[in-house]
Amino acid sequence: MQKRAYFGLYIVIAVLAVLPLVVPNSFYLDLAIRMAINAVIVLGLNLLIGFAGQISLGHAGFLGIGAYASAVLPTHFGWHPLLAMGAGAAVTGLLAAVLARPIFKLKGQYLAMATLGLGIIINIAIRNEAAWTGGPDGMPVPTMGLMGFELASDKHWYWVVALMLSVSVWASINLIDSPFGRALRALHGSEVASQVVGVDVVRYKVAIFVMSAVFASLMGSVTAHYVGFVTPNLADFFHSIELVTMVVIGGMASVYGSLIGAVLLTALPQALATFEGWETVAFGVILMVCMIFMPKGLVPTLAAKFGKGD
Amino acid sequence: MLAQFLQFLFSGATVGATYALAALGFTLIYNASNVINFAQGEFIMLGGMLAVFFTQSGLPLPAALVLAILIPAIVGIVVEKLAIEPVKGAETVTLIIITIGASLVIRGLTAVFLGKGTHSLPAFSGDTPIEILGATLMPQSLWVLGVTAVVVVVLWYFFNRTLTGKAMLATSYNSLAAELVGINTSKVLFMSFAMSAALGAVGGILVTPITLTSYDVGIMLGLKGFVAAVVGGLGNGLGAVIGGLLVGILESFGAGYLSSAYKDAIPFVLILFILFFMPRGLFGARVTDRV
Repeated sequence: MQKRAYFGLYIVIAVLAVLPLVVPNSFYLDLAIRMAINAVIVLGLNLLIGFAGQISLGHAGFLGIGAYASAVLPTHFGWHPLLAMGAGAAVTGLLAAVLARPIFKLKGQYLAMATLGLGIIINIAIRNEAAWTGGPDGMPVPTMGLMGFELASDKHWYWVVALMLSVSVWASINLIDSPFGRALRALHGSEVASQVVGVDVVRYKVAIFVMSAVFASLMGSVTAHYVGFVTPNLADFFHSIELVTMVVIGGMASVYGSLIGAVLLTALPQALATFEGWETVAFGVILMVCMIFMPKGLVPTLAAKFGKGD
Repeated sequence: MLAQFLQFLFSGATVGATYALAALGFTLIYNASNVINFAQGEFIMLGGMLAVFFTQSGLPLPAALVLAILIPAIVGIVVEKLAIEPVKGAETVTLIIITIGASLVIRGLTAVFLGKGTHSLPAFSGDTPIEILGATLMPQSLWVLGVTAVVVVVLWYFFNRTLTGKAMLATSYNSLAAELVGINTSKVLFMSFAMSAALGAVGGILVTPITLTSYDVGIMLGLKGFVAAVVGGLGNGLGAVIGGLLVGILESFGAGYLSSAYKDAIPFVLILFILFFMPRGLFGARVTDRV
């Protein structure tokens, strides 16, 4: 298991290393950066949804907190971008930790409702506090720099997010195989059974929720600095759904499924742009067809077909 | 003071009645299949948009309204047959994504065929406001409240006094047991989608003269209907109606007395509070999980 898991990591690193040499132009480099950013968020979300079996329909809200921390704090208060990014992650972590205890008393549909509500409240707050956030129009974000070195070009950003993605994949593989990961999978299987063998169910759920929220917040900050502009759409309900869809289409409880899901769903809107006016219909049809024929997601379905465990 | 209070109450109850119809739709489908139908809001939108389209193309109002209820019901059946029935028993997240896919298809097709403009319907019985203790009530609000009340009574009769209704109730309690006593549960599933789509469409048609409609109004209406269903305790019909009215009225008071900018956030703050203290809503059944 360990060896095979690391084999996948080497492939990911090799692909990330070769990619900038083969992409034909900056359009595809930009697409690759956005895929990698989404992949990191989806890895975190998959730990929550796929491994621990807890649904969240509000993760774009956490992403929004990170993105707007990176936009508002340096612009209005002159904070250093790295400090702002840390502050965003800290606030997100704190918010997630405070809300997680009451939220995780809930199950299934009620949990979906509570996380959905949380995300929508964050989005509405961003939209309404126009004096700070620019309201529905969004606001520009200052560039990220460290000790005189500015992260400005797409090439720089590519290597930063490639490094983040590699570290996240490595961390996820190890986490899943740790006692923590086994506890998560146990509580997904049966909460009562895992309680009986001594797993502190609530503590683990809270921990994984906070972790995935902080992941989303950090990547929200990265997105903000990379794009140079933030809008409330980053934090809206539809974006939360997109992230969950990446988890499910790629494959729940599959590290490499998360990567595939993020890559496919980031590319899909680009591919559909040619269907003038029909993009929404096409996107909806693809979601439904994927889920009807592969309810477990791409990677687990294919793995089962070719007789390999993940 | 009193006039203002009444004014907020009237407008809140009117919107709340629409939420109640949407929440009833959620409840019907949830009871038959444990699916949360995220396409519910699109049926509300479809009802309003089709009513506008048919009246503008010259059909008399009653014919237009019948078509605007029938077509969403058919769309509901198609969604159930093509997308829900093949994946019976799938995980909650999978089902949520399927219904969201369906909602995107419905919204996308509406934008393509009926356009992205904002439309209105003429009020059913004129625009002369009725004065009550200094507050004004639009005749259309009476239509909304009246029709909702009739729908609730009809549904009550259907579920308590007819064999088909009782079969649907039995399925919601225990679908395996219902199958064993000879109830056709896939017909129940099919009917619940048709009925909840029709209910949503009725709500959408009734409020269009007041709130206007466009291809993208379904998302928020659907989500608030979901809030209303959860406030009342998922699966509880009466709870859904009370939840709908409560959400509508609190939203209206919040917008009036606190902040109109945060109007849309009020239902979601409300639901978080309710769920924190009553994890199964106000009237949700206490269930024990079997291990």
